[in-house]
Amino acid sequence: MEISAVLFYVFAGLAVISALAMVLNVRNTVAAAMSLVVTMVSIGGIFVLLDAYLVAALQIMVYGGAIVVLFLFVVMLLNLRTDDFPPVGLRLAKLGGGLLVVVVVSAIPRLLGGVFPEIPAAPTGYGGYRALGIALYTDYVLLVEMVSLLLLAAIVGALILAKRKID
Amino acid sequence: MVPIEHVIALSAALFTIGVGGVLIRRNLIVILMSIELMLNAVNVALIGFNRMWPGIEGAPRMDGQVFVLMVITVAACEVAVGLGILISMFRNRDSVNIDEVNLLKW
Repeated sequence: MEISAVLFYVFAGLAVISALAMVLNVRNTVAAAMSLVVTMVSIGGIFVLLDAYLVAALQIMVYGGAIVVLFLFVVMLLNLRTDDFPPVGLRLAKLGGGLLVVVVVSAIPRLLGGVFPEIPAAPTGYGGYRALGIALYTDYVLLVEMVSLLLLAAIVGALILAKRKID
Repeated sequence: MVPIEHVIALSAALFTIGVGGVLIRRNLIVILMSIELMLNAVNVALIGFNRMWPGIEGAPRMDGQVFVLMVITVAACEVAVGLGILISMFRNRDSVNIDEVNLLKW
């Protein structure tokens, strides 16, 4: 097996295990956030293996660097380190979760059976900042404008929501 | 390179774990983290399919990666607003248990 395939399975296993650790950690919220960092960095490694270099760098910077730090800030600001709420024991949640797991687990072997052709070779410049920048600012320029508006709205909304009293 | 099916299987597994987290946990912070996990699972699928159809020499196609950038931006917005809601909820009720805010539930 070639080295990139080995690395893919290592990163995939790491991502799944740390994601499970995040969901199933019912005691410590800080540890759950740290597991989320491991998941995000592993997904960044998988992006590198899939030749999406710029997106991989952004994934690690934005998720591992900014979003999880935001989570940790809130956890420590509100002093919520211990998680006092056990998972729900509701019949409906158990039933839905069990059904979901059955569907996905039964779909995965069929997926692994081979539906798609081999991954072709990537052209030069694929995944780099130049090609991504050209795509962003020519074909998708309207999308960029809309997302920047959304970011502005989110900044204002977060400020107003977290403010103690609106004057 | 691994077959694309394995990438999609990884994406499905991560998404399932995220859905499970939203369903079984009652701590709002962990639920928000599970939502992030689901968004990331979709990103893995998008990057994998973009790698599957990478365009021709001289004109690489980057549509999937553009979508991933947008998903990352929306996720950042969602976390900012969600944590703002969480802080104001904690201030009013002294708890982040979602079972205590179920007035809108049918």
